[in-house]
Amino acid sequence: MKLSLGPLPYYWSREDTLAFYEAAASWPVDIVYLGETVCSRRHLLRLPDWLALADRLADAGKAVVLSTLPLIESESDLKLLRRITGNARFLVEANDYGAVRLLAKAGAAFVAGPTLNVYNPDTLALLRESGAVRWVPPLEMGRDMLAAMTVPAGMQTELFAYGRLPLAYSARCFTARHYNLQKDDCQFKCLDHPDGLGLRTREGEPFLTLNGIQIQSGRVHSLARHLHELAGVDVLRLSPQSRHMGRVVAVFRDLLAGDSDAAELTTRLERLMPGAACDGYWLGQAGMTHQGTGYR
Amino acid sequence: MSHEGLLQLICPAGSLPALKAAVDHGADGVYLGLKDNTNARNFSGLNFDEAALAEGIRYAHARGRQVLMALNTYPQPGQVERWQRAVDRAAELGVDAVILADAGLMAYAVKTHPALRLHLSVQGSATNYEAIEFYRERFGIRRAVLPRVLSLAQVENVVRNTSVEIELFGFGGLCVMVEGRCLLSSYACGDSPNTFGACSPGHAVRWQQTPQGMETRLNGVLIDRHADHEKAGYPTLCKGRFEVQGETYYALEEPTSLNTLELLPEMLEMGIAAIKIEGRQRSPAYVAQVTRVWRAAIDAVKHAPAQFKALPAWMAELNKLSEGSMHTLGAYYRPWK
Repeated sequence: MKLSLGPLPYYWSREDTLAFYEAAASWPVDIVYLGETVCSRRHLLRLPDWLALADRLADAGKAVVLSTLPLIESESDLKLLRRITGNARFLVEANDYGAVRLLAKAGAAFVAGPTLNVYNPDTLALLRESGAVRWVPPLEMGRDMLAAMTVPAGMQTELFAYGRLPLAYSARCFTARHYNLQKDDCQFKCLDHPDGLGLRTREGEPFLTLNGIQIQSGRVHSLARHLHELAGVDVLRLSPQSRHMGRVVAVFRDLLAGDSDAAELTTRLERLMPGAACDGYWLGQAGMTHQGTGYR
Repeated sequence: MSHEGLLQLICPAGSLPALKAAVDHGADGVYLGLKDNTNARNFSGLNFDEAALAEGIRYAHARGRQVLMALNTYPQPGQVERWQRAVDRAAELGVDAVILADAGLMAYAVKTHPALRLHLSVQGSATNYEAIEFYRERFGIRRAVLPRVLSLAQVENVVRNTSVEIELFGFGGLCVMVEGRCLLSSYACGDSPNTFGACSPGHAVRWQQTPQGMETRLNGVLIDRHADHEKAGYPTLCKGRFEVQGETYYALEEPTSLNTLELLPEMLEMGIAAIKIEGRQRSPAYVAQVTRVWRAAIDAVKHAPAQFKALPAWMAELNKLSEGSMHTLGAYYRPWK
């Protein structure tokens, strides 16, 4: 089983971002996804910066994948997308069928990201024929549905295994809205919220996380308790958070190695989370529920 | 540019009476779905069984109108056949097009029914022409319904760069998220539009009068609480009031409806093929009223685009029908973002 570090969903200062990946170079992850996957206004790292990071991480022995935006609105978004899909050096993660078209035309192998909505074997086979070598199931796909999927030869399966779930995307920026700013003049408020902006119900229950135009779960999805159920899965994706990420990776590596006390490791992992744990999607239930604690 | 064939009015038919109301009041086409999770308005008491479908198609075709069948959820392993049989029935019954979201289902439709016209559903999340061209090249789609996320200038850029007809939402409920890429509903209650065909489904909803007011919950999650003088709306997850950094407000979107009537001249000029009215869950009376207003407006703009004005009487009638009696231009109007 390989571990991947998913694309950074938040907007951090350039220094913090570079420091994060400098540290990641020594973490026991096999694959690192790089690039902006939320908002085209985020610009502290531009494509040449991401490519330089890609070289640095490749030198450190990581398999690097360049990820792409799930919501492509403008011609400038498309221009950037074409530069990424045409980079000819690194594998690309397609998060929109526009990217699939460009990659298939170029004859480039790619990763089919979670927003391509692959819910059945026919669609998966079509992506394989188009050049996909790995796929990430939709976040809401549970273990039973996944077990019923026929995965074509030459295709690996990568599960979103840890982190706040990226649940939705909008034209609207919810962070800017919170500050009564328009998106075009957002003053880059995302920089103030390295793990997003928490949204609670009127009863004070943490529910969702505002991350620019993206809505994430309030809870932290974790398959740590289910690693024995992952037959046929090749890669586990761990999604970045601002603190303790190296320790999160280490816990997963130890859990996979299987020679430490799993219960103790899982408890340790839950203390490293920026919110309470959930695993409902994997069990075919509401995503926010958690088997371990019987939440709801 | 010739305006021939542009701005077709596509109206919702959640039932046979709604279909007839739409046809009688001037819809060029209606869209409908079956009574199961093969479409994104899978609500109890809604949609068409075999007999109603045949009668609906007969009624519309006898009056020269089109019937489009939405099969716009995502087939899941072990159940793919249900969607495929629905495509077969649509073709046999002679619908004018099927509205699909899933690429695998499109591949089946093209192979099995090459003459069947395919539209890309809004649930297919195609917001750019490269994505639309993917579906055109692979499956020969003839029309794409755009998610409600683009500004008018961005829509125009899409229209200019593809030969696929573009359909836009004109009126009704407003999804603030990219359709097809929103899992908020399943995060809270297990059922999503993609798999189950409904957002914030009725079975998960609870209304409860409390000393603090009327509470609306979705699978136990408090979506909103309404004081006695406030009208408690349906607890659609993204239209509730939540607390962010100590401030309680409509953090995602107000309970408001989309109304783009005043943009009709621009939409005509850029070559929009069809305008879709949301609301298969609404009553036949609602469909009749909305269809009548939009028919009049589209006829007016096509007759004399330069002179077009959104008449106050039209806007007043539509406002009465809007959620929360409020409307917005949504993403078509850039500052909304």
